[in-house]
Amino acid sequence: MAYLDHAATTPMLPEAIEAYAATAHEVGNASSLHAPGRQARRRVEEARERIAAALGARPSEVIFTSGGTESDNLAVKGIFWARRAAEPRRTRVVAGAVEHHAVLDSVEWLARQEGAQVDWLPVDEVGRIRVDALRETLAEHADEVAVVSTMWANNEVGTVQPVPELAALAAEYGVPLHTDAVQAVGQIPVDFASSGAAALTVTGHKLGGPIGVGALLLARDAPCTPVLHGGGQERDVRSGTLDVPGIVAFAVAVEAAVKGQQEFAARVGALRDELVQRVREVVPDAVYNGDPADRLPGNAHFSFPGCEGDALLLLLDAQGIACSTGSACSAGVAQPSHVLLAMGADEGRARSSLRFTLGHTSTAEEVDALVAALPGAVERARRAGAVRKPAAGRPTAGRSAAGEAAPPH
Amino acid sequence: MRVLAAMSGGVDSAVAAARAVDAGHDVTGVHLALARNPQSGSASAFATRPHRSVARGCCTPEDARDARRAADVIGIPFYVWDLAAQFHADVIEDFVAEYAAGRTPNPCLRCNEKIKFAAVLDRALALGFDAVVTGHHARLGPDGRLRRSVDLAKDQSYVLAVLTREQLAHSMFPLGDSTKAQVRAEAARRGLAVADKPDSHDICFIADGDTRRFLAERLGEAPGEVVDAQTGEVLGTHQGAYAYTVGQRRGLRLTRPAPDGRPRYVLSVTPVTRTVTVGPAEALDVSTVYGDHPVWTCGEPTTVECEVQMRAHGETVPATVTLAGGRLTAHLHRPVRGVAPGQAIVAYRPDPAGDVVIGSATISQALPETGRGVPVGAA
Repeated sequence: MAYLDHAATTPMLPEAIEAYAATAHEVGNASSLHAPGRQARRRVEEARERIAAALGARPSEVIFTSGGTESDNLAVKGIFWARRAAEPRRTRVVAGAVEHHAVLDSVEWLARQEGAQVDWLPVDEVGRIRVDALRETLAEHADEVAVVSTMWANNEVGTVQPVPELAALAAEYGVPLHTDAVQAVGQIPVDFASSGAAALTVTGHKLGGPIGVGALLLARDAPCTPVLHGGGQERDVRSGTLDVPGIVAFAVAVEAAVKGQQEFAARVGALRDELVQRVREVVPDAVYNGDPADRLPGNAHFSFPGCEGDALLLLLDAQGIACSTGSACSAGVAQPSHVLLAMGADEGRARSSLRFTLGHTSTAEEVDALVAALPGAVERARRAGAVRKPAAGRPTAGRSAAGEAAPPH
Repeated sequence: MRVLAAMSGGVDSAVAAARAVDAGHDVTGVHLALARNPQSGSASAFATRPHRSVARGCCTPEDARDARRAADVIGIPFYVWDLAAQFHADVIEDFVAEYAAGRTPNPCLRCNEKIKFAAVLDRALALGFDAVVTGHHARLGPDGRLRRSVDLAKDQSYVLAVLTREQLAHSMFPLGDSTKAQVRAEAARRGLAVADKPDSHDICFIADGDTRRFLAERLGEAPGEVVDAQTGEVLGTHQGAYAYTVGQRRGLRLTRPAPDGRPRYVLSVTPVTRTVTVGPAEALDVSTVYGDHPVWTCGEPTTVECEVQMRAHGETVPATVTLAGGRLTAHLHRPVRGVAPGQAIVAYRPDPAGDVVIGSATISQALPETGRGVPVGAA
């Protein structure tokens, strides 16, 4: 099988699995006062320190969560609530138009449920947020803005955002900036302190850790109202019994990913470049989406004119090649990607797109398999795309009548 | 063969897909998302109760999940295809337009004709599949003949009779030799959780089953008169002729009873004048039926002695059927009551191995025995 969907989730590192299993044998609630509890707490705090060190944060800034979606929800809603509570005029949320749904839908929820006004930051044709748009928004509304959220790197097209620049701008106006760095950590350098962000989302399963554990790096001075209430764990910002084995394995993975980042970028980036070049050779009219240079080393994203992404996915899947069309709703119905649409693509180009993402286990053989299967799949998908004519007006006449009568028997 | 199994989330299509695997085919499961706005993410979407009791239909998130779980158990790949736009245009809008024109459509038949064995089949063929397999209760042998299911109570050949030979050549109905009870037992044996899922009976896009309200919301109020067929007397008013179907007895809300005290029935619906004509039961008897858009599954006869069926799960009557000038004429050997324009007339050749579908057409007009008087149906 060729697994070309590392951006969805990437295999756990062997050392993370080992750390998980070893810790899972131990008993102890990190909130308990007895010896096993203290032991569990020690594991958590060691993990916290390792993650903080790897990502340029202070240990107290690491809030463990269940992963990217929770961290994004906590940052966007929590900072909004806290800032508005302190200053009622702060009812604006500023976010990138190409954010992950965890941010997008949180922002829309705030608009719907809390009456927040939203400024969506437009992107250019490669998917990069326009810094001048943030400048304009802040110049006009800085005293109304509760929070800004812009991702570090886009999960679909891989474009890296100018986060330090955006964060510096936000800081200039005294507005906290949250950044979803789920796709970035381990692929490109990420340093919380020097980024200037007030909050940063990271998750385990995109970098070799387990699914279901992540963190929000939250600056000490960034106000944040909790979403989950309960036992008061994690500075009272995120209640809930800590997943000790998950956190330990997460820390092992973060440390390994950050330590190996340069090597990863060089090796996987070279393999990705080869993939891109060969895909363009076998499908010359494929459109390479995203920033051609300043992008995640593992990401390749194309539109295949005349094809539907989900048809291509089905055909490649049948040949053992796993890739992704991008976003999907819970029923599994493909929607045209909001990222592509924000980049100015029409619906056809958005629907014809496919994402291939490489990771730490990727091999040249997997690229070979894709390149071998792709031309046939594209040809078939084009044929299928051609039969999907738009539905006609009044259709009852049927496909019957004399013209289609079968020969007499 | 590479076959695409259309999986609704019900027991029939799940067993059909499993049988296709057993028959040695390379099977891929597809659930068709037909609702424009599936209630994704609603609190009830993944409730713990095994089968929902409120929402009905075939394209809710629960149905997609049931289909996915069945595909898991069977061990086949599974995808969801979004056909909501085609379904809306070809089935729902057609349904509303047909009622507006005073006819009584069969949306399941239209869905088979336009969606399952057209949009889906065309796409499947283009993607390299050889056939579409569904859980319909009908037999389709190597001779390409469509026959009734062995389970006459569940037989669905009527709603498949609109398919052309070409469509049938790329279709598989693995359940035709089994009764529904056997299918359920087999589903349980195979560990398919949908084994005891209730049958769907209603129109899938009218979740609450209230067709009259569904039409009223789309067609608005169009008041008119309810008129006695014999005397021409106005017996009452209505808020929309589209709410009435030939043969209907209930809900006429007439201001006074018939002089003879016998119940009256809708004889015809005339949208142009918004007139609903009513009369006694025997005035519903028809002996000659005309049909448009004929499809001859078994080759084209000129005149054939056969049996005809004029609504889903309706009775069959012997008839002489003639095809001329793209129009079907059926002379019924005994009168039949309540034939509604817009429904299909399906001709069968009786056969001990399962009655064979000869062809079908859309009923355009039905006339009483004498050939005189008020023709039943849309004027």
